[in-house]
Amino acid sequence: MSRISCDECSRADVLRAVAGRGLPAIEAGMPLPAGTGLSRRSFVARSLGLALSVYGAGRLQLFDEGIAAAASTADSPILVTVFLQGGADALSMLYPDGDPLYRKLRPHLAVSGGTTFAEDDRLRWHPALSPLAQLHGEGKVSVLPAVGYDHPDQSHFTSRHFWEVGATETSVLTGWMGRYLDAAGTADNPLQGLSLTGQLQPTLATARVPVAAIDGPDQYDFWVPGVWGDVETRMLDAIGTLGGVASSDPAFRSVTNVTTQADRLRRQLDSFNGKGAITPPVPYPKSDDSFPKQLQGLAAMVAAGLPLRCVALEATGEYDTHASQASALTPALTTTAASLYAFQRDLEARGVADRVLTLVWSEFGRRAKENGSGGTDHGAAGTAFLIGSRAAGRQVGEFPGLASGLDQDGNLNATSDFRAVYASLLEQWLGFDAARIIPGAAKLARPQLVK
Amino acid sequence: MAAVADPRDHGRVGVPVYRGKFDAPQAERLLWRAGFGPRPGEAEALAKLGLHGAVTSLLSPGREKFVGPAPHDSKGRPLAPADAWGHDHCWWLDRMVRTSRPLVERMTLVWHEWFATSNDGVGSQKLMLRQNQLLRSHALGSFEQLLIDVTRDPAMLLWLNGTDNSKDAPNENYAREMMELFTLGADRGAYTERDVREQARSLTGFQNDWKQGLGDYNFHFDPRDHDTGMKVVFRKPGRYDWQAACRLCVSHPLHSSFFVRKLWSYFVPDAPDRATQASLEALYRNGRQVRPVLQAILQHPVVYNGPRMVKPPVVHLAGLLRRIGAGVTSTDWSWIGSLSGQQLFYPPNVAGWDDTRWLDTATYRGRWIAVQRILEDRKLDPAKATATPDAQTVLTKALAFWNNPALTDATRTALLQFAQLALADAGKQRWKQQQYPVLLENALRQLIAVSPDLQTS
Repeated sequence: MSRISCDECSRADVLRAVAGRGLPAIEAGMPLPAGTGLSRRSFVARSLGLALSVYGAGRLQLFDEGIAAAASTADSPILVTVFLQGGADALSMLYPDGDPLYRKLRPHLAVSGGTTFAEDDRLRWHPALSPLAQLHGEGKVSVLPAVGYDHPDQSHFTSRHFWEVGATETSVLTGWMGRYLDAAGTADNPLQGLSLTGQLQPTLATARVPVAAIDGPDQYDFWVPGVWGDVETRMLDAIGTLGGVASSDPAFRSVTNVTTQADRLRRQLDSFNGKGAITPPVPYPKSDDSFPKQLQGLAAMVAAGLPLRCVALEATGEYDTHASQASALTPALTTTAASLYAFQRDLEARGVADRVLTLVWSEFGRRAKENGSGGTDHGAAGTAFLIGSRAAGRQVGEFPGLASGLDQDGNLNATSDFRAVYASLLEQWLGFDAARIIPGAAKLARPQLVK
Repeated sequence: MAAVADPRDHGRVGVPVYRGKFDAPQAERLLWRAGFGPRPGEAEALAKLGLHGAVTSLLSPGREKFVGPAPHDSKGRPLAPADAWGHDHCWWLDRMVRTSRPLVERMTLVWHEWFATSNDGVGSQKLMLRQNQLLRSHALGSFEQLLIDVTRDPAMLLWLNGTDNSKDAPNENYAREMMELFTLGADRGAYTERDVREQARSLTGFQNDWKQGLGDYNFHFDPRDHDTGMKVVFRKPGRYDWQAACRLCVSHPLHSSFFVRKLWSYFVPDAPDRATQASLEALYRNGRQVRPVLQAILQHPVVYNGPRMVKPPVVHLAGLLRRIGAGVTSTDWSWIGSLSGQQLFYPPNVAGWDDTRWLDTATYRGRWIAVQRILEDRKLDPAKATATPDAQTVLTKALAFWNNPALTDATRTALLQFAQLALADAGKQRWKQQQYPVLLENALRQLIAVSPDLQTS
């Protein structure tokens, strides 16, 4: 950890003074969450990089209670999940070019080009995934070429639900990351479970602790028509003041509590609000889709030391390619892979790549044999990736082959179980007993996912 | 319609009746718990009826009338609730805003949560609206009849696999939820897994057809698919059918306690005391009618003396629109409802919305956006400002915009403090002295509507 210079100390003092203003609740014994706020280390990180743009924007109060609290979560690991919605085609992402049946099953849809997958020369990377191939070459991607579960369900809703709750049961209502947060999180830090898709992702659904849902870090705003300038600044402060209104009534207090949390979250995210506040150190792909911007914002949030633990996003694209698969898949995979690549490089440039692992998943893969509309129907096992500097970088489960690796419906058999992946991530990455989170964890394998 | 009992009758069976003063503040709380809050003048008018008269007028409101113009989308076109996405939500919101029968509408919402059915699983707004009408027509009547009609309701049959349940392939989904969520409650020793399986057999026989373009249709009972054999439910043998399955649930000794506790929870945040619970159960057992139980709850002292409740998002919003006499003139309310955590016809699961967890950082912002959306069409223009009012004056005007809601002293102080700071920022600059009060008034309107005072009642 770097030493904090005197200049920074005095700046922190100024900020601490600012923090006191407009936040009486925090001074007056409002429980401050252990996980909320910035550590001294992250403050240094901000003052070196991100903070410059913040100061440029003249929004001093963004540090306030974070610095006052000096609570540290800056070293704790963060798990990010990225959902490919609709059932992404495993036989295109890493396609079995060397399998003699491939072009028979996929006369119109067989992929060509791309580089050979170094761990299994039967497979080649889809050309659109070459950024991931490059990261794989650096040992930063673990590939799961056929991940799923026994007795696969071909309903989007059911299969997605299984993946979201971490169990092949329809009755479980909390997400698998949500249950982890219920057990390991705090009652007062909404950022610990962050849904970056504008609504709560079911993987993060908790029973006990708060989690946050935002469209993007630059969209947790509280504007009002016909209010700007000094008055707007005062109004935003007044949200915190309303959160500090005392009452003995439990319902009234539940509103002041969430008002305080919203105020806190807005301040935590304030540096990101508005255009140009986030200046990534690496280029991200340009896209109308918000996925690259969300990742860009996420990298900045990680670097800023915000108390994140689990984050859920959805990738660019719609992967339910019943028709015109080739033209739908390539642009979706291109933006998704380029964004994930930029995210990894961004984390590396900001010096926080050791703290983040990203699991890319889909609810199932697709039928091996193409259909009559230039597409493929719902299948079974699919492809997943685990990306990050700390990813083990070795494939989990093998590609089962098309000759003997298909089930009675013509779908790929799973050679790894998603629940085992979750169990390994909980234990090897988050340091938490998987048996408390994943039903039947004792009987599941523990693939080595982290190095 | 059942006769409305005299309050002294409840005294006889032991449910306490509120005896304190019944002025506009008490009438306003009643209108929030039993409806969607007052329109201007409504609380005062209701207070004149006294507690008993006020509750009676809500329980027996007469024919439904709608106050104000019909709803439309932002281009002035009428809503298409059976077809257009999101219009279903706006259609019902409009009823909440304009109805002359707020308690009927509020109870329809209660039944929507009680028999929570989501269009995510049904896939037909038309069938959801049909169920909604069913819930409304039974809003204050017989719970037994409501359960029977819900059991054969097409949306429910699709939602909980009622038409997948046949004698050759029983499906336990509805049988379980009927007992767990609708009538008896889990983990109370009320039923066993065997009861679930046996009740599923009793419920077999519903069928429907499906056609491309038409979807699910022709819901009917086909005796050939019904299991006519002997079943043993709650230890009693019989050749039960689906109506018998319903009656077995409501005549179960643990049903009335479940019913009373659940119904009470929609109107009072804390569980009833033992004596009140017992008296309400006795009242309910006499005919399993909703109205007399509701009457006793709404006259209970705790409604007026007791703690506040967080308003459900749609109630908060409908109440704000009622306060200012606004109608539904946009379909934005559906996505804003979703952001606020309550999109009508899309409860999160069969257990309904969790009324104890309405608020998180995202749903708080959803409520903020709802208010923002109301104010967007009504913002004051600072360019036209000429006066330089003081902070108290601006606050008074902003409160008047919302028809002068009651605020706690602490909230009023916080708002006034903000107003004073904001006006002080204008300094000696003339244009700021003229414009800041207008910006401030816009801001105060927003903060008042999201204050803890207005999010609870």
